[in-house]
Amino acid sequence: MMDVELLSRLQFAGTIMFHYLFPPLSIGLGLQLFLCELAYVRTGHPAWEAAARFWTRVFAVNFAMGVATGIVMEFEFGTNWAAYSRFVGDVFGSALAAEGIFAFFLESGFLAILVFGWDRVGPKMHLFSTLMVFLGSVFSAVWIVIANSWQQTPAGYHIVWQEIQGQSIPRAEVTDFWAMVFNPSSVDRLTHTLIGALVLGAFFVASVCSFYLLKQRHEDVARRCLSIALPSALVFTLLAALTGHDSAQKLVDTQPAKLAAMEAHFETTDQPTGLYLFGWPDAENETVHFGVRVPWLLSLMVYNDPGKPVPGMDQIPESDRPPVWLPFQTFHLMVGLGTMMIVLAALACWFWFKQTYQNHRWLMWSIVLMPLAAMTANQAGWITAEVGRQPWIVHPSVQNGVEMMGLRTKDGLSESVTAEQVLSSIVLFAVIYSLLFAVWIFVLNHKIQHGPESIEELESHKRTRSASKLSDQIRHGGTGRGGGLMDEEL
Amino acid sequence: MSYDTITLVWFFLLGVLLTGYAILDGFDLGVGILHPFIAKDDRERRLVMNSIGPLWDGNEVWLVTFGGALFAAFPNAYATVFSSFYAAFHLLLTCLIGRAVSLEFRSKVHSTAWRRFWDTGFFLSSITAAALLGIAGGNVMAGMQVGPMFRYEGGLLDQLYWYPLLVGALTVSLFALHGSIYLFLKTEDELQQRVRSRILPLFYCFAGLYAVVTIATWLHVPHATETLTRHPWLWIVPVLNALAVLNIPRAMHLGKPGYAFFTSSMVIAALASLFSVAIFPNFVLSTIDPAYSVTLENARSSHQTLITMLWIALIGMPCVASYTITIYWIFRGKVQLDSNSY
Repeated sequence: MMDVELLSRLQFAGTIMFHYLFPPLSIGLGLQLFLCELAYVRTGHPAWEAAARFWTRVFAVNFAMGVATGIVMEFEFGTNWAAYSRFVGDVFGSALAAEGIFAFFLESGFLAILVFGWDRVGPKMHLFSTLMVFLGSVFSAVWIVIANSWQQTPAGYHIVWQEIQGQSIPRAEVTDFWAMVFNPSSVDRLTHTLIGALVLGAFFVASVCSFYLLKQRHEDVARRCLSIALPSALVFTLLAALTGHDSAQKLVDTQPAKLAAMEAHFETTDQPTGLYLFGWPDAENETVHFGVRVPWLLSLMVYNDPGKPVPGMDQIPESDRPPVWLPFQTFHLMVGLGTMMIVLAALACWFWFKQTYQNHRWLMWSIVLMPLAAMTANQAGWITAEVGRQPWIVHPSVQNGVEMMGLRTKDGLSESVTAEQVLSSIVLFAVIYSLLFAVWIFVLNHKIQHGPESIEELESHKRTRSASKLSDQIRHGGTGRGGGLMDEEL
Repeated sequence: MSYDTITLVWFFLLGVLLTGYAILDGFDLGVGILHPFIAKDDRERRLVMNSIGPLWDGNEVWLVTFGGALFAAFPNAYATVFSSFYAAFHLLLTCLIGRAVSLEFRSKVHSTAWRRFWDTGFFLSSITAAALLGIAGGNVMAGMQVGPMFRYEGGLLDQLYWYPLLVGALTVSLFALHGSIYLFLKTEDELQQRVRSRILPLFYCFAGLYAVVTIATWLHVPHATETLTRHPWLWIVPVLNALAVLNIPRAMHLGKPGYAFFTSSMVIAALASLFSVAIFPNFVLSTIDPAYSVTLENARSSHQTLITMLWIALIGMPCVASYTITIYWIFRGKVQLDSNSY
């Protein structure tokens, strides 16, 4: 007999991880698209237009996947985590509603112009729409990361015992909206999450363009886009390291159990604490097999002081300890991939400015593969954050010296939902998402293989459009209504 | 603003969001339901799909925002309703995903089999989504088996009896009618004539179901009319609604399709209002014991959160209105295909 908690966690993890393939790429690619279009508006060069139109098509496919898989998340809080929803609705719900009003309407509205408006509005209005879609996706990240951060480091609330049918049940109620929004971890986690997305976008563009250069296709467009993508990849990977470091430093105060799990630090001593570069943690025996440890490094990283010992897992009551193996491995995977991305981005930029990038085919092929590394790092970071928060769904906290209760994940489930129901929805999602994933890869590949239009194609489209507008005007004797391109060219 | 007043304000605002969703997504669900019966070749199918191309995503955001606002303003109602409809809502999610990707992927590949696959997906997910929304509405209307502490004691099969199924059918016919008038506005020539010939049969279908559901509600859902009995002036809503229903064929007959579309939007608004009036002051009436019902009072958030949310809504809604109007303005007129279309 499977239990509802495990199944509901698996379903949430599976659906959120699948969803999280798309929004970071939308945010990251959104910025690259905006920069290409900005270059087009400033220079008027048709190669930039071809680039912007091409990235728009890729963006649209990805965005649709993000929308389709995103609605699932909002429903799941209610369907699978009803008790959690009752507990946090007052806090979490308002962030979610703000996301709807401030982010989703903005995105979906201007997305229409971005995707369908190329021939309906002028270049400047189109550029503005691209910026709005990008900002909308950023706002969306802002509100959802605030909501998530509140679960990690709650602030600006108190616990109220509600009388319902003669029983009292606790729930969190907001006392200070801005303290809730700017809870101790929101800013660090938000910047790190957003930069993770920008890294992915930069590497995605760099990857596709390096691929074109390797295959000697669309070289003009590819070089132009690389001149934006490679430097931004370097800047963002460096910023990712910086913001990640900030995030991790805060943990020792806010979530020491998560930090101990990430570093597999079991035993507190009065000696400086070392840092495992890699290893195989064994929580049962409180040891790390095959580990390589650098002495005093963790103390230095956490406290900027190589002598100060870091508290370990033994300081945490046994019932409140998170799993160790998974957060340790995913955290180390993220840091390892991040380091590799910094090195490769730096090398690529170096050769790019020496104009010898194309002589290093191994480097170009490595860049082609980098979106996978960036995607994996984004996912791994979230696994660390969420598994490291266990066994809590809402972490306990201390507000003005008063201890506030948390909510355990097992207490957040829907009261009326059975294991069979969850199992069948998992099967449903598994089937649909596998199909979607295959189609997404297929269509994305199709778009990339087709590539941007050549400048001649672009010009001939423009001629057809103006010709059809003219004939339309003659036919209807009124304002132009294009109807020329009856079949899709792409 | 007192706690009770702002609770009512939020109940009203949720009604606005639900109405907005039903009017806007109503026509694009309707277009999805109609498209296999109206378009006869690939070009026409693309025209039909592109008539909602730039708009469906924004329309769906109304549902997402409704969900978020319900979560924030009445967490107990959100938790109970969403977990009660576990199976139905997972199916609804499947449909919403299916619609999004069918639209997005259909025309990306030149292959008859590929396009037929997504066409079928688009139709099935649209009609099922419309039916499920109606079925959920019918259940909420009639009351559900909510036990102590908001724990739902029924299952999917308890939700699929004749009354919600009738409401589901009514919703499908209403959205199909609403979608057909929308398509009439967006198409030209031969395709438009074909759309025209479908409007009247769809209207009869809807009007018949409307009459049946009204009688069924009278008999099966006695509490629905209680609020009307207590506040007789509210009778104006069903009366106006009936007049609006009759006005649809009249406006089409007068050659005013825009007016007909406005009228069908008003019919949806009136039905959504009747729904809100009927369930008030509960979200979900318990059919086990009325004391177990999820009410406005026991489901609401704290006073301060409702106030904060009102500020968010006051700042957000004008922005939403301004760019919604901009988008509909930019994409006004007859649908046409170009290199950016689906």
